[in-house]
Amino acid sequence: MKSLKTITTLLRKDLLLEIRQQYSFYGVLLYVISTIFVLYLAMGRPANDVWNGLFWMIQLFVCVNAVAKSFLQESKGRLLYFYSIAGPVDFILSKLLFNALLMLVMSMMSLLLFVVLMGNPLKQPLQFIGLATLGGVSLSVVFTFLAAIASKAQQQAALMAILGFPIIIPQLLLLMKIATIAFSSVIQAGLGQMVLLLIGLDAMVIVLAIILFPFLWKD
Amino acid sequence: MIRKSWWKILTVLLLAYTFIAGFLIKVPRVGNLYGSIRNFFFHVPMWFGMMVLFLVSVIYAIKYLRNPTIDSDIYSREYAKAGILFGVLGLVTGSLWANYTWGEAWSNDPKQLLAAIALLIYAAYFILRNSVPDIDKRAKLGAVYNVFAFAMLFPTLWIIPRMVESLHPGGQGVEGNPGMGGGKDLDATMRMVFWPAVIGWTLLGVWISTLRIRFEQLKEKQPVNG
Repeated sequence: MKSLKTITTLLRKDLLLEIRQQYSFYGVLLYVISTIFVLYLAMGRPANDVWNGLFWMIQLFVCVNAVAKSFLQESKGRLLYFYSIAGPVDFILSKLLFNALLMLVMSMMSLLLFVVLMGNPLKQPLQFIGLATLGGVSLSVVFTFLAAIASKAQQQAALMAILGFPIIIPQLLLLMKIATIAFSSVIQAGLGQMVLLLIGLDAMVIVLAIILFPFLWKD
Repeated sequence: MIRKSWWKILTVLLLAYTFIAGFLIKVPRVGNLYGSIRNFFFHVPMWFGMMVLFLVSVIYAIKYLRNPTIDSDIYSREYAKAGILFGVLGLVTGSLWANYTWGEAWSNDPKQLLAAIALLIYAAYFILRNSVPDIDKRAKLGAVYNVFAFAMLFPTLWIIPRMVESLHPGGQGVEGNPGMGGGKDLDATMRMVFWPAVIGWTLLGVWISTLRIRFEQLKEKQPVNG
């Protein structure tokens, strides 16, 4: 019960900071808009599979930027303060939740921009929205944990990308494979299994983050 | 003397047996494999060896997290290094094999791709270690990442390859175990060489690791720049 309260307090603090400073939110938003605009200028209206591939690659880069900003912005002194008032598990959970929320908003924004600028090839938009939600959360979970590791090392932002790209490939492959269903009107076999696998992967990363973060915490 | 080094003698004997018998026994003719099926005694044991070495590495990583000692860190690091070596050899022997049976060394088969990804994930382990100057912090971050990397082996090597179509045996819609030649069971003559080969190669990996560990421990004991 107490940890739930701590988590919500930490989450509210992150949200409040976001609303008051508006630095990282609009920064990432500008990043999303300008990248997709450049893509539009370069590609026009691409074919379905290119559209799909580009969408997920943009998600990946947006996620690296969004999560890096929200985790690495904490100064050493402030982290020390959090350590004294909250447990490690509460802290990482609040960060996971916050980044998932941030990434959710960003996924929806980029999906909207993609549809407006680069055409709408989606035959089953609702399923794709659901998948974009799931994908955004999956990406944010992995990168939050990696940001926690990278924040202890030097050259944090660059290191996060180096660590993250090999690890994220299985999830991205799964997401792209599942996403192809939204472009045709027939349902593929074996779909539920892949979605379950994706959710299982997310659950595994969250559990690992909860188990391993306390070791990173003590410094 | 013999009590401590019996397993090294066993390694040499098993590998000598693998090379002699592996090239000389009568192998079954399966599909389009013909004689190239002998590569089975070299390609597949590499992956067995890699899994065992990574498993030992992660055990020492967990040991380090529970009780931080410099020895656990050295063990964890060196076993991971040997594991990567075996993984790379597995890819190379696989590519050689693929060159003659599938027509090209690299055909973007899901198992090739995911094995390469798994090795990249482990390569990032060493990048992470090198980017941390402080020794204790490096060991701790390394141990945390090692556990994570080992967990990532399951989706990349064990789960996803079985769900998609593959040129390898054991993909979607194909009977059998990916490591065991595809059929329900391995041919009896093949088995006679295969299992000794697995044990031999794995022991060789352990041997390489222990040599590296002793070297690193000696380096650790030397005074700085000594």
